[in-house]
Amino acid sequence: MYCDKVIELLKELERSREDTIPPYNNDGINQVLSEMKTLDTEILDILHKNPRDNLPMDAVRLRRAAIERNKRCLMTYIWTRLQRLKEMRWEIGAILPSDVRQNLSQSEIEWFNNYCKSLVSYMKTIGPDTGLNLTQDTKPPKSLYTEVRSLVDAGKLELESGEVLILRKNSQYMLSRSQAEPLIRQGILEQVRH
Amino acid sequence: MDIDILDLIDDEDDDNQEEMTAQKVLQIVERAWLNEKFSPEILPHQTDYVDCLLEQIKGMEDNLAKLSKTDPKVDLHKLEMERIKFVITSYLRTRLKKIEYFCVSVLEEESNRLEADAYLSPAELKFAKEFAQNADNHFDTILRHMPQLYNKLDMNKKVIKPNLNSFVFLKCYKHIDSVIIQNTLESQEEEIVLEDGSQHLMPYSSVAEFVKKGAVQLI
Repeated sequence: MYCDKVIELLKELERSREDTIPPYNNDGINQVLSEMKTLDTEILDILHKNPRDNLPMDAVRLRRAAIERNKRCLMTYIWTRLQRLKEMRWEIGAILPSDVRQNLSQSEIEWFNNYCKSLVSYMKTIGPDTGLNLTQDTKPPKSLYTEVRSLVDAGKLELESGEVLILRKNSQYMLSRSQAEPLIRQGILEQVRH
Repeated sequence: MDIDILDLIDDEDDDNQEEMTAQKVLQIVERAWLNEKFSPEILPHQTDYVDCLLEQIKGMEDNLAKLSKTDPKVDLHKLEMERIKFVITSYLRTRLKKIEYFCVSVLEEESNRLEADAYLSPAELKFAKEFAQNADNHFDTILRHMPQLYNKLDMNKKVIKPNLNSFVFLKCYKHIDSVIIQNTLESQEEEIVLEDGSQHLMPYSSVAEFVKKGAVQLI
């Protein structure tokens, strides 16, 4: 059947968790692309072999529709991947963990770097001086301080007040929200829920 | 808990003789934030007010730094500031998400507007253009391997448009004589009057212009 392979690609994406990116399926994409090429040559063949006034138009239409569908689905595949990648920029930050990086294509990495660049240069223009980090303050604040537990021996942390705190594994601290937030996102701290 | 943190700023700004109080600016930004949050399309930008508010925050931070740390008022003021910051970042984030999602249609509409009534701030416009270009470049790495007739993206097919007919809750600030609601099912039009202070649920497209003028507030 036409278009089976591209559907397989999309299913692969759908089966994976929303917050992950499965490996970039280069083989799958190439197979779809070559199917498109085959279909295209078939159409040309049909057009050449048959007399002009008696073309089997249905056969041509079917193949053309299959090409369009392949194209549309492929675009969906890479678009969805970009959306997930974009989410990661907001969740994790500009530096991707190596296991995510491995799953990306060269062009996706380029896209990600460019996206980071535009985002940072946009955020720099906000406000009077150094700009505003939009990836902070994502939740409405309930209190200034939040109780966190350190998951690793992270070492020294300089507080806004100038004091230095040493983060030890499994100890709990009261930190200001703005300071704790990036560390929680990086997985160094864990919010203590009550 | 409602702390009048803005007292702090107002004392500071007496010599500036600003016509608008910080309270008023905050109110404008908060309204813009709610409107942006609930409207399906992107609304005219409020960069001036946002910048103004950010400047105030900076001034307040400096003021607070001068106060003694044991003063219990400091923490309350700080909390209030965090809240204002959240409103601003959330507002700008919402706009950015819309710009990314509706990138092509936003850019297209923007190119039909005069500079004076642009919806995007210059920085947002730059971001939108870069975003579109970047996505196109990425798409092209796949597209160029496709057979010749098919290796371009049709503009109409990649456009994602906001659904302007989605329903919104709104509250009126002014008396509006006539709002026209299109009834798509029976292809009729209905005209209604919105009273000052009343609340309604209706398609966004009917009230879009009033939202932009500030006569109604999305809730």
